[in-house]
Amino acid sequence: MPRALRRFGWTIAVYALFALLMVTTVVIKPNYGSFEWNTLTLAALPLAFAAAAQTMVVLSGGIDLSIGPLMALANVLALKAMLGHDLNYSLGVALIVLLEVTLAGALNGAIIVITRVPDIVITLATSFIWAGLALLVLAKPTPGIPLDFQNLAQGSTYSLWVPNALLLLLVIPVVWIPLRRSRAGLAIYAVGSDRNAAFRSGVNLGLTRVLAYAVGGFFAACGGLALSMTTGVGSPLAGTYYTLSAVSAIVLGGVSLAGGRGGMLGPVAAAYILSLIPAVLIYLGIDPNYGQMIQGVLIVLVVMIGGLGAVLRRA
Amino acid sequence: MSTRAVTVIRLVQQRSIVVLIALLVALAGLIEVIRPGAVNANWVSNILEFAAPLGILAAGQTLVVITGGIDLSVANVATAAAYIMASQAPYGVTRSIVLGLLVGVAVGLVNGVGVAVFRVQPLIMTLAMGLVVTGSLNVYSQAAIRSVPGVPAVIHTLGSGTVLGYVPVSLFLWALLAVILIVGLRGTGFGRLLYAVGDNLEATRLAGVRGWQVLLANYAACGFLSAVAGLVLSGTVNAADLSLATILLLPSVAAVVIGGTSIFGGSGSYAGTIVGALILTVLNSVLTLLDVNDAVKQVLYGAIIVVLAAAYTRVLGHD
Repeated sequence: MPRALRRFGWTIAVYALFALLMVTTVVIKPNYGSFEWNTLTLAALPLAFAAAAQTMVVLSGGIDLSIGPLMALANVLALKAMLGHDLNYSLGVALIVLLEVTLAGALNGAIIVITRVPDIVITLATSFIWAGLALLVLAKPTPGIPLDFQNLAQGSTYSLWVPNALLLLLVIPVVWIPLRRSRAGLAIYAVGSDRNAAFRSGVNLGLTRVLAYAVGGFFAACGGLALSMTTGVGSPLAGTYYTLSAVSAIVLGGVSLAGGRGGMLGPVAAAYILSLIPAVLIYLGIDPNYGQMIQGVLIVLVVMIGGLGAVLRRA
Repeated sequence: MSTRAVTVIRLVQQRSIVVLIALLVALAGLIEVIRPGAVNANWVSNILEFAAPLGILAAGQTLVVITGGIDLSVANVATAAAYIMASQAPYGVTRSIVLGLLVGVAVGLVNGVGVAVFRVQPLIMTLAMGLVVTGSLNVYSQAAIRSVPGVPAVIHTLGSGTVLGYVPVSLFLWALLAVILIVGLRGTGFGRLLYAVGDNLEATRLAGVRGWQVLLANYAACGFLSAVAGLVLSGTVNAADLSLATILLLPSVAAVVIGGTSIFGGSGSYAGTIVGALILTVLNSVLTLLDVNDAVKQVLYGAIIVVLAAAYTRVLGHD
């Protein structure tokens, strides 16, 4: 039991924090209902996918600072192709967009592996490229995502308390659980925790890292499509907020930036926490501008407590 | 490979800054080819004026990267310093400038405490502090009644004035800071400690160095330099809005990397960063001259940084 606690301790703490925040919210706003819950799931959906994308890359020992622009690219590609079409056509478009942006993610990884330039430098540079391409596809924010496609996320098909935006998160475990259990998934953790050891155990370093970036690209594409569904708009600058917020979410979610440690459960809960904070401020009647400040302070406190724990253990 | 080729490669490895300067000259030549007569004293003056804020911002970044860190809050700090300076200017210009600079030092100190004492990864610490700074600034701007504050005359002169017709005033400040940094990094104990800490923190600790003090001072210095860059930039564009320096965050890292400072810490120089900042500014000028739209410009900018970084890593064998 202690072993499970040590392994999942952080994740449990994150869910406890989320539960605590939810209870606080309900206390502050006694008429909190399915509508507010639906709003929260819609706000958290793109961030949860962005966090999943960053988790993939960070687990393999890298970091992707181009996730926001990748999401924007998926978002504008979807708008451009879906404009004025029906649901079936839109779903076809969504598949193609997923494929395209997955390839873009893989390209990030391939450039890093081939040039041997540090991840942070390459993805900083490619973030310009993806953002520029997004602007080329669509110069300014344009509405027009088909309503049926929007309803995939905006409605509540099964129950008011299980909105579609919550169900769409199932894409993450559907991709992640088989991957986690496969050789490739193990290789990603191995490369992330000790590159030399992984190499000597016969892991193909280059291929594994490209795979991590590709799956990251896939989740970023999901995030971009989620933006299309939740906002109904194609916006070339929509992704800006998500690159750094995704890093915040994974740190809060217990993924080690050094690589090789963490999972998907924590970051998703962290995405909900980060999306809940601005809502709580509004319920409290506080200027939502405090939201960014509180997010920052929360992250500083969390990582400082984590860091302090590590320092004390060493001493 | 012939002996001559080997000699050339060795020369390039030892004097990488020569290659960078050659690249800079080549880019200027390219502009002259595209638009004959474009490269004149006026052009050089403009390039220096626009490179100065980036160069000063990248100075702080260089210090942090040498110690093996990265500071993602430099642009937020620069913006905050400029905005607070401009909005406080009606109550005394000197006081407002000091306040702006203090903002930088204060944020730098908090970054330093997080990184040096609590051992938080620099990326996360500075990212979160960037959020805190921008969030606080938004709240402050809501509280302050005036909309976009004006920039005081002295800052405007500092950022966009010229001496003798061509020499930008900001160049004097930049040159002064550059001399202090280059001499300081090479010739003082503190400077050499930065390299040592960046190379191997544990080894410096065993050698009796209080690494946390070095890092703390270093992040404070970076915050200070970011604030200076913010003030200069607000003078150059003659405005201080809430997204003033945002576009300079990525170039500040790119200038350091192109300038040959290893992102893993322990090696590099500010001289390289200066050339890196100039290359990026000239590159921007080339792309502007090509008269392509902003989207294509961004794509080319990103692609060229990838190519430069890749060529650099290959030639110099950094790994």
